[in-house]
Amino acid sequence: MEASKYLKDIQDIKEMMSKSTQFISLSGLSGILAGIYALVGAAYVNYLINSHYGRYITLESKTFKLILLTAFIVLVLSLGTAYLLTAKKAKKAGEKIWNPTSRRVLINFLIPLITGGIFALLLLKNKHYGLIAPVTLLFYGLACLNASKYTLRDVRYLGITQIILGLIAVEFSGYGLYFWVIGFGLCHILYGSMMYYKYDRNI
Amino acid sequence: MKNIIQNINKAFDHRIRLGIMSVLMVNENADFSTLKELLGVTDGNLASHAKALESENYITVEKQFIGRKPNTKYIATKEGKKAFQEHIEALEKLISKS
Repeated sequence: MEASKYLKDIQDIKEMMSKSTQFISLSGLSGILAGIYALVGAAYVNYLINSHYGRYITLESKTFKLILLTAFIVLVLSLGTAYLLTAKKAKKAGEKIWNPTSRRVLINFLIPLITGGIFALLLLKNKHYGLIAPVTLLFYGLACLNASKYTLRDVRYLGITQIILGLIAVEFSGYGLYFWVIGFGLCHILYGSMMYYKYDRNI
Repeated sequence: MKNIIQNINKAFDHRIRLGIMSVLMVNENADFSTLKELLGVTDGNLASHAKALESENYITVEKQFIGRKPNTKYIATKEGKKAFQEHIEALEKLISKS
């Protein structure tokens, strides 16, 4: 009788410690959708590049602007979906979406991500095109790894996978688009599905 | 056996006080509304249990204004963290004994 009360105490302590430091309402479904957006975007970019065949794509060309626009739309759609689905999941679980833990996830995610974004833009400006794909993968991976301390464990493995892909991509600098397809497309779908089956289905 | 029971700290022998300390062990600080939401308790209940921990010197309270809204922050003291650690160890020993 006594022992079971103490056991319950220990369980309460563990639960409070993890609940107060981890944001668990992150939606797995939004990962799957982000991966699909990335695949559609990549297919469109591939089409643009093919129809530009034989000519060098310059920074001023219409094709280049369309590629940038596509990347931007994919990014905005992914973030928007992640926000909406996570808010929905948090509401169902009776958790507020804007609380100290979600703030911590966001801040720790954004610092490496924005650093990487600025770095990629500087590479673009200085014409190191071959490094842009690896750098975006590397910094996105580091952002996931950094944020994973405060959320679901799977985000950590997603981050590590992206970092490894980013490093490999440095060696194959002409194939940036393919690495983006694997990293932002397939990996998101894979890890998103894992998270969806593990956590989302029961709620 | 007697020794072990002595380490069970009466100050932590309540679900809400246990909860407050657990949260403050792993967070630098926590404000009143966050604690309330995490523990699922009423204002008065939380305030009185926080007061009890404060009078034992296990936590400190920082009151400040964010804009015009008053904001109360709780922080675990060194003493409080040590006492809570000992309490957890005592609980673990009791469970493994039985």
